Amino acid sequence: MTLLSTRGLNVSIGRKSVLKNVSFDIEPGEIVAVTGESGSGKSMTALSVMDLLPEGAQTVGEILLNGADLRKQSEAQMCETRGQSIGMVFQEPMTALNPVKTIGDQVSETIYLHRPGVDAEAVTARTLSRVGLPPDRFPLTRYPHELSGGQRQRVVIAMAIACGPRLLIADEPTTALDVTTQAQILDLLKRLTHEDGMGLLMITHDLAVVADMADRILVMRDGEIVEHGETQDLLRNMQHPYTKMLFHASMHQAKLPTIDPETDTETPLLSVNQACRDYRLPRSSLFARAKQFRAVDDVSFDIKRGERVGLVGESGCGKSTLTRAILGLEKVQSGQIQLDGAPVFAGRRPNLAVRRKMQVVFQDPYGSFNPRHRVERLICEPFHLLSDAPTGNKRDELIAETLEAVGLSPEDAQKYPHQFSGGQRQRIAIARALIIRPELVIFDEAVSALDVSVRARILDLIAGLCRAYDLTYLFISHDLNVVRSITDRVMVMAAGKIVESGPTAQVFDNPYHLYTKSLVAASPMLPALES
Amino acid sequence: MSRNLILGLFLSTIVVIAAGLSFVWTPFDHASMNIPDKLQSPNAVNLLGTDQFGRDILSALMVGARTSIAVAFVAVGIGIGLGVPLGLWAASRKGGWIDEIIMRANDLIFAFPSLVIAILITAIFGASAVNAIIAIGIFNIPVFARVTRGSALSIWEREFILAARVAGKGSARISFEHILPNVANVLIVQATIQFSLGILAEAALSYVGLGAQPPTPSWGRMLADAQTLVSIAPHMALVPGCAIILTVMGLNLLGDGLRDWLDPRLNEART
Repeated sequence: MTLLSTRGLNVSIGRKSVLKNVSFDIEPGEIVAVTGESGSGKSMTALSVMDLLPEGAQTVGEILLNGADLRKQSEAQMCETRGQSIGMVFQEPMTALNPVKTIGDQVSETIYLHRPGVDAEAVTARTLSRVGLPPDRFPLTRYPHELSGGQRQRVVIAMAIACGPRLLIADEPTTALDVTTQAQILDLLKRLTHEDGMGLLMITHDLAVVADMADRILVMRDGEIVEHGETQDLLRNMQHPYTKMLFHASMHQAKLPTIDPETDTETPLLSVNQACRDYRLPRSSLFARAKQFRAVDDVSFDIKRGERVGLVGESGCGKSTLTRAILGLEKVQSGQIQLDGAPVFAGRRPNLAVRRKMQVVFQDPYGSFNPRHRVERLICEPFHLLSDAPTGNKRDELIAETLEAVGLSPEDAQKYPHQFSGGQRQRIAIARALIIRPELVIFDEAVSALDVSVRARILDLIAGLCRAYDLTYLFISHDLNVVRSITDRVMVMAAGKIVESGPTAQVFDNPYHLYTKSLVAASPMLPALES
Repeated sequence: MSRNLILGLFLSTIVVIAAGLSFVWTPFDHASMNIPDKLQSPNAVNLLGTDQFGRDILSALMVGARTSIAVAFVAVGIGIGLGVPLGLWAASRKGGWIDEIIMRANDLIFAFPSLVIAILITAIFGASAVNAIIAIGIFNIPVFARVTRGSALSIWEREFILAARVAGKGSARISFEHILPNVANVLIVQATIQFSLGILAEAALSYVGLGAQPPTPSWGRMLADAQTLVSIAPHMALVPGCAIILTVMGLNLLGDGLRDWLDPRLNEART
């Protein structure tokens, strides 16, 4: 018997239609992945099954769980269903757990609610062991902050499966996790689904994860299912142009131009020499000496003119600290960082002569602009570094030229950042970095927050700008596929140290360091497709 | 716009119009005595009645609004003028010794009961509207410094600040160019609330005779004058009392309404 089936599900919020005629089935023990780009309605599908849609949402259609229509249930019956028959795993394990309650309490809470009379503590211990947190190593009295991100996500999964639900909904369950942790959590979800014969409705934007996990795939766009089918069939035989575009964009390889042989590749542009950066940890007791945490540990490397270098590593490995040190925003405790022979950090008053040779593009396309300034003013911010900043007509011409170089139109100069989409904002960020023609650009996770199709276009833009401006850049990312497509040389960072570096293809195809090997093995890969 | 905001705007506007109008016109001269008509209840000639010297209460109320507004306005101005830069400065040196000094000095001022210090200041330098302004203003400084620092700290963590630092801008420039416009809505709301507290404080000081001195009318002193006559002429106490209540309520509603209206999260939901 079909576990979950939706028939002609239509959801609208206000006048906006967010789901259009969505129909799909999930059989027991089956993993169904819903994929698509942001705004495609994949999360809305999950929320409508749980009847947790935002206020004011209008739903039409049938949602049948084991043949019973959930839409005809009262709120009290729905509360019974949630947790007992349907479990849900959220994206961000940090916010899905209550920070002031122990993990044992949080897992047993659902058991008390839905299965009165059973020994909640024993069930909790058993459930936590099943998700890989055996109580002898992880006592039930632990608090969420004492666990790592992956362990927290295991607790969230334990909460979801504690009552043995028939259906598990996972909304981007691994998006906030590192690749090695992601692989473990995906394995766990797969194992639990098979052991319990649950149906798993998995929502994810990551096609490599989908290809690896799902039995069936639903591809959504603008609230509609554009294509669905068995994973292998669908991958082999894609029909809808949107599906094809999505898969090709995920595997997109930007064409980097070869380095101009004329450029001087002997003297390093950026040279980092035995840099160390410590942070002081809070004192463990009043009179104890505060311990130091070494975020960047004896890091040395050079970037030569014209080189496109990648830096990969998982969260907490010291990438961001190193970036700030290179930008001269923070001081290193020992070692030197020099740009073109001059130190990047010059005390409180920034050294403008060094700063003007270096610009940065940040990850968050929403947070990296002052929302109250117009684009014109935003992208001219680095002019502050120039002693002879262009004014009047010359300034306007330069703004227009730079906006055109990043694929926007000169009229956009008068708009505010909220009038642009995420990809367009990232273009503005690149325009801001390029307007003073820096010698080195640092891309700090610059495409991580973007949808795959937008990401492919931004990568092409960067490759195109390489051709036009002979860019030298340091591209920092956790995504090996992106780094592979956009860099010549890559460095792998773990626990504050650079553990491996070399030509990108060589490092990723034949890693020699154990950590690099595990990283490469854990990154989900799309199977090769015939085009 | 919410109902609160409209009601608050309405009440505040009435007070401001009454104060403004009093410069060019009042029903009677607020200081001219007319003993035969003393202690009149509200009637067609004296709309809100007369006091024990036969002076028109409505006229005194309108001129008194001027005093209240002037004192509260300048006091809030002192708070913003000194408190906001101090808060921005502290936030830009987060964790440093300047931050510590500014914030501990704030705590020190907070530790004193404000009205008692206001009495101390007026007792030393004499009772006048100017001294009342200074006394109330000093206690506005830490309020604004703290609110500014708190909101500024979260803005300092945003990426566009990092971008500005990469562009070589110093912390003073970033504070005024990027931080201040982004904390302005919080400050506007705080200013309306401090404004209403300023009006209350001025009324309290005048009530104990330490605020504006005769013949300048003031709502607080009108209440004090009415105290002994409350059994024979209750309107003398009710009229200024209600004026204070409605003004303060209006400003608080305005502050609340503005907070909701300026909240960027709600703004996004609207557009």
